[in-house]
Amino acid sequence: MIELAEIHRDFLVGDQVVHALDDVTMTIESGEYVSIMGPSGSGKSTLLNLLGLLDRPTSGVYCLNGQDVTSLSDIEQAQVRNREIGFVFQMFHLVPRLTAAENVELPLILAGMLPERRKTKVADVLEDLGLADRSHHKPDQLSGGQRQRVAIARATVTEPRVLLADEPTGNLDHKSGTDVIRILEQLNERGITLIMVTHDPEMGQRARRQLRMIDGRLHSDVLNSDHVHHGNEAS
Amino acid sequence: MRTRDFLNLTGTSLIAHRMRSFLTSLGISVGIAAVVLLTSIGEGLHQFVLSEFTQFGTTLISINPGKTTTSGANVGGFGTERPLTIEDSEALKRLPYARAVVPLVQGNAEVEADNRRRRTTIYGSGSEWPEAYNMRVKSGRFLPEDDPVAPRAFAVLGSKLRQELFGERNPLGQRITIGGSRYRVIGVMESKGTVLGFDLDDTVYIPAARALSLFNKDTLFQIDVMYEEGTTVDTVVDGIKSLLEARHDREDVTITTQQQMLDVLGSVLDVLTFAVAAIGGISLLVGAIGIVTIMTIAINERTNEIGLLRALGARQSQVLSLFLGEAIVLAAVGGLSGLVLGIGIAQLLHLALPALPVHTPVIYVLLAEAVAVVIGLLAGVLPARRAALLDPVEALRSE
Ligand SMILES: Nc1ncnc2c1ncn2[C@@H]1O[C@H](COP(=O)(O)OP(=O)(O)O)[C@@H](O)[C@H]1O
Ligand SMILES: [Mg+2]
Repeated sequence: MIELAEIHRDFLVGDQVVHALDDVTMTIESGEYVSIMGPSGSGKSTLLNLLGLLDRPTSGVYCLNGQDVTSLSDIEQAQVRNREIGFVFQMFHLVPRLTAAENVELPLILAGMLPERRKTKVADVLEDLGLADRSHHKPDQLSGGQRQRVAIARATVTEPRVLLADEPTGNLDHKSGTDVIRILEQLNERGITLIMVTHDPEMGQRARRQLRMIDGRLHSDVLNSDHVHHGNEAS
Repeated sequence: MRTRDFLNLTGTSLIAHRMRSFLTSLGISVGIAAVVLLTSIGEGLHQFVLSEFTQFGTTLISINPGKTTTSGANVGGFGTERPLTIEDSEALKRLPYARAVVPLVQGNAEVEADNRRRRTTIYGSGSEWPEAYNMRVKSGRFLPEDDPVAPRAFAVLGSKLRQELFGERNPLGQRITIGGSRYRVIGVMESKGTVLGFDLDDTVYIPAARALSLFNKDTLFQIDVMYEEGTTVDTVVDGIKSLLEARHDREDVTITTQQQMLDVLGSVLDVLTFAVAAIGGISLLVGAIGIVTIMTIAINERTNEIGLLRALGARQSQVLSLFLGEAIVLAAVGGLSGLVLGIGIAQLLHLALPALPVHTPVIYVLLAEAVAVVIGLLAGVLPARRAALLDPVEALRSE
């Protein structure tokens, strides 16, 4: 469970203070499917980075699973990122010199897991995402959609409880974008908390809960009760 | 993170930029190779010269006419000093601890036997020469104990001169002419080879008194005293000093002990070592700058990757050690190849010029590699620290 209370994040640009997040308070239950929409510069990425402990709020309290994580040390935050949180980025951020499997293995290596255990986990995740035959390919030998699937495999191989996706379809064509969204939704159906930033209304409206940010503030928070999950329907 | 994985990750990034890694390592490699090569030659020379010196034993003291200060200037240069004479040499023989006393007059002259001639080195010496200089007579005998002032005209040949003058014939009992005087050959020395550049085989030994008149000199070039082991050098030096002072009424000789010669040699080699260290230090500094440069470039190129690693749960310290590891591996590999290169060239040099001794002490090898690793550490620490302190959000956003 994620609880944000009166979160502010200010940036100093020159001698001007930019309120990237301005008094954000909200709660996200575990297992939720949340989309964050809003105009460019409204603070969506800043919010996501904060949720993923890549950034610290200027003020306010962030509780993850009942624990105040804003006061954790750098080392403790790194551990939480490694165990509890998975990131998917618009730019994929795969390490170009490593194969798909090696990229997926990275968070497990950082955690110090034994090689044998790592190999089976990586193989399972890649298999699950339909990438078994691509595991020894380098990123530049993969299509955009495949790259993002490798990135999702990497984000989920540690079995985190929260998956944070910042415009995961932003660099993909419509078809592979929809594929990626569907994979993320399947993961959500299995229990992972999915929080996705998007500026594509069509993608955003698939989420059960839709947040709208404007100028660093939470503008609207809509729970789509008669939300129909799109499941495996083609688009 | 496990060590194996750590090394793997470090390895992949270095291999991904093979050419660059190679060139960067080369900087260190050349530095280490230079140091190893030069120290190998220096150390080889050291050992070579040392063994040349000590083959005569360490109980030799030489006495030269004239008082020289430590700066080498001849102070008694106004004709006030007395010549070093054969009588001095005889007096020294009476010192209780003197095992062998050898007067020495040296010069070049033409030696003639039948119709063969050869210009060669003449050593005017005494009967105790073989003992003092650890040399052996091959056939016949060495110059006998004789009247020191009016010795008989005997000559002993070096092995090479014997070959030149007599070929396969037996020289013993034959007559030779040196500077117009006739001598009888009574012995031939065993081959000794070259010592400190002097060919001891291309020589002829005659009594010192005869050499003095041959070269028309009144002073010996040198007197060597070999003292009994178990006596301290200082005792012997003091004894020689007071004896000669009494005979000459003043201190007008220079006494050099084997130890002093080794000390001089040592200080010369120290200068050499310092020069080598300076050259090596400069090339290693250049190598280190190469590593700093390449690591800075690598970190700029891989800013995204650093942000990603942080997002995946890497601690700052892990990022630091990953980049530090790359710098150290670059330097260590450079160091190793430098060692191979340096030792290889040293050995090739030795093959090509067998006279040039080379020697690479193991401790230098270990030291050189340790130096390389430390250079990697020092060169890597600033760039790696910068990487570790990057803000992960900024790093992920950078292009
Ligand atoms: N590191 C930073 N330094 C200065 N300003 C920043 C920084 N990061 C974000 N901002 C500002 O904060 C605001 C929100 O940015 P961001 O969260 O990236 O918006 P979005 O993802 O919604 O497009 C913007 O005005 C942006 O310029
Ligand atoms: Mg954004």
